[in-house]
Amino acid sequence: MERHFEKDLNELKERLLWMGGLAERAVHQAVQAVLNADEQIAQRVLAEETAINEMQIEIDDRVVHVLALHQLMAVDLRFVLAVSRINNDLERIGDQAVNIAQAAQRILRHPRVKPYVDLPKMSEIVEGMMRDALNALVRRDVVLAQSVLSRDDQVDNLRDQIFRELLTYMMGDSSVVYPAFDLILMAKNLERIGDHATNIAEDVIYFVQGRDVRHPAVDRR
Amino acid sequence: MTARVLWRKSLSAVMLSLTGVCAFVAVSVLFLILGYLVIHGGRSVNWDFFTKLPAPVGELGGGMANAILGSAKLLALASLIGVPLGLLGGVYLAEFGGHAAGFVVRYAADLLNGTPSIVIGIFAYALLVLPFKHFSTFSGAFALGIMMIPITLRSTEEFLRAVPLALREGALALGASKWRAILTVVLPAAYRGILTAVLLALARVAGETAPLLFTAFSNRFWSPGWNQPTASLPVMIYTYAVSPYDDWHRQAWAAGLLLLGLVLVINLLARVVLSRGAAVRRS
Amino acid sequence: MPSTANSSVSLAAGLPASPGRELAGEHSMRMNISKLNFYYGEKQVLFDISLGVAAARLTALIGPSGCGKSTLLRTLNRMHETVRNARLDGEITLDGQSIFLQDVTQFRRRIGMVFQKPNPFPKSIFDNVAYGPRINGASRPLSDVVEASLRRAALWDEVKDQLHKSAYELSGGQQQRLCIARALAVEPEVLLLDEPCSALDPISTAKVEELLVQLKSSCTIVIVTHNMQQAARVSDFTAFLLNGSLIEFSPTPQLFTTPADSRTEAYITGRFG
Ligand SMILES: Nc1ncnc2c1ncn2[C@@H]1O[C@H](COP(=O)(O)OP(=O)(O)O)[C@@H](O)[C@H]1O
Ligand SMILES: [Mg+2]
Repeated sequence: MERHFEKDLNELKERLLWMGGLAERAVHQAVQAVLNADEQIAQRVLAEETAINEMQIEIDDRVVHVLALHQLMAVDLRFVLAVSRINNDLERIGDQAVNIAQAAQRILRHPRVKPYVDLPKMSEIVEGMMRDALNALVRRDVVLAQSVLSRDDQVDNLRDQIFRELLTYMMGDSSVVYPAFDLILMAKNLERIGDHATNIAEDVIYFVQGRDVRHPAVDRR
Repeated sequence: MTARVLWRKSLSAVMLSLTGVCAFVAVSVLFLILGYLVIHGGRSVNWDFFTKLPAPVGELGGGMANAILGSAKLLALASLIGVPLGLLGGVYLAEFGGHAAGFVVRYAADLLNGTPSIVIGIFAYALLVLPFKHFSTFSGAFALGIMMIPITLRSTEEFLRAVPLALREGALALGASKWRAILTVVLPAAYRGILTAVLLALARVAGETAPLLFTAFSNRFWSPGWNQPTASLPVMIYTYAVSPYDDWHRQAWAAGLLLLGLVLVINLLARVVLSRGAAVRRS
Repeated sequence: MPSTANSSVSLAAGLPASPGRELAGEHSMRMNISKLNFYYGEKQVLFDISLGVAAARLTALIGPSGCGKSTLLRTLNRMHETVRNARLDGEITLDGQSIFLQDVTQFRRRIGMVFQKPNPFPKSIFDNVAYGPRINGASRPLSDVVEASLRRAALWDEVKDQLHKSAYELSGGQQQRLCIARALAVEPEVLLLDEPCSALDPISTAKVEELLVQLKSSCTIVIVTHNMQQAARVSDFTAFLLNGSLIEFSPTPQLFTTPADSRTEAYITGRFG
């Protein structure tokens, strides 16, 4: 028997995915602004942030309604809790994208410090993590979610590499300190986005399997 | 401790056997009567008994065909008089009776139920025999019919009241008028119970003698129509039993056996009807 | 997936519009109760109730036992008139016309009612559903009406091969859906239900609830329930009654997330009394 609250749950999922799309697009555009030296794209990211914020509020509203009106159990309950947390992560991702866009605006006022090699690689991985985390949600695919978790280390390594490299540039030429510092911030932001994608993947595993994979050190007997 | 347990156990055993004996006595009385009737009247229950008129005084043989038919006619007519009155009165009590009117009707019915049957006989005599100056099937049936009213009425009321209010409201909510709801939902829901009550009332009056003595009186021949005195089983039993003839005594026993058989059959029928009714009314 | 290529598209395009919060006052009303006072003898049980029943929506009446929910519901099809010494003042309208000025049996045909305990008639399944059309004079063949009603009540598949069996042979949940089918057979404009699931197990309850949600597109529904979770699950508007007074009447999501009255909040959070 299909229950009528499934319609509400589906709409909730639809909106969450839409918001995921918006967040992904924001990250992608913000990074492109730097790589392609395109000031306009950076501005667009800033303008579009409101859409993400509005969506966050709407999803929160729906979560409250669904929880108040339907006494959800088991997988349905875990789904709504996961949606609520993913909603937060996506909003934070949006904020990070805005940070990157603002850094981009500052970076573009200076000549390019160096050819970007690791940065595009890193953003590609991070965007892939976001996309796969949300796909895992749609397909209830735990394996895909696990693969997102395992990519977190690559991101951390790339961030460290970018740090080291840019520090070398800064020590060698004090005129690049400002843009190089912003590039470091950008790597830091991307790394944070990767963390949020990891959180999303963990929530997906929790939703599908009812298993909490966060903080394995915590004893949950 | 053990003494008290012992005391309790023995008391329980005593009570159990006492009640058991009482129950046994009650049942054995019925079987005693039945056995007595069979022993004394069994031989006279033969084809003649059912098909022949009583033999002239002094002759052996003959039967009670006229009394059997007479009883059947009396009971049929009595039902025609008593059942509709009792039924409609019961419907009134259960569905419409206000506080005061309901009390009066109910009280009157209970009084009527407790009235000695001979008094009802006298009433019928005064009303339907004296003015016409002859006994009749009709006056006898009238007396029996009156006796059926209170039982039918009170049990109709009880069985209608037992029909859940929800059924009535269900019908009303669908746009049925009150009468329609009663006819199409309430009465059908109660009809097995009511039918049982009617059968029991019938069984009750089937053996009545007193009210027939001066209404239907008796008759040694066929009684065509409704306007002449008629023989009936209970009155035949009465007259034959007090007669000086052995053959008549035997026939009285046989008639008694027939009557008891009839009552038993009606009772059984009532039980069957009611038990099936109960199966339908459970919910 | 939004792409960087065409930035001018609205970022919410392609999503179904969010349902705005619906207010009772904005919706077209099927029934209107105004300034209703109700008495059993000298005892007043409803106090100055004013309430609109929105068309093609599900309105729930909730409140503690004895607060007057059933009484209020039963005024809506004038069933209170079967109770001796019940009386009321105030006005109730159906499509703008006073319900008290109409012939009561004619009027009740327009309002279906389902009761707390399933109350099928001691008849066959078929005859139960056909009862209303029979007394009201059906325009379509009876068997069509019966099938259509049983289908609407989501019972057809379970009983189509045993239409002539006694209704008492059905399970409690099936009996209640039969009663809903029986009410639907006269094509009521408004359907009243008084705690229709209180005698049912959770699965049957869920079935009835799904049924109600489906029915409300074609029928205006008022449901009394002591189970406020049920009101939350199925209704569009909820009225909270307390001691015969209407405390709060709001769209259901609002009443259950941000009730306006502290007594409503105490009740729905179980901190009552
Ligand atoms: N037929 C009646 N006669 C007198 N009082 C009644 C009758 N029916 C209900 N009441 C009283 O009216 C009040 C409201 O009852 P009801 O509407 O059944 O409440 P609810 O359905 O909310 O439990 C209660 O106090 C109840 O005792
Ligand atoms: Mg009630």
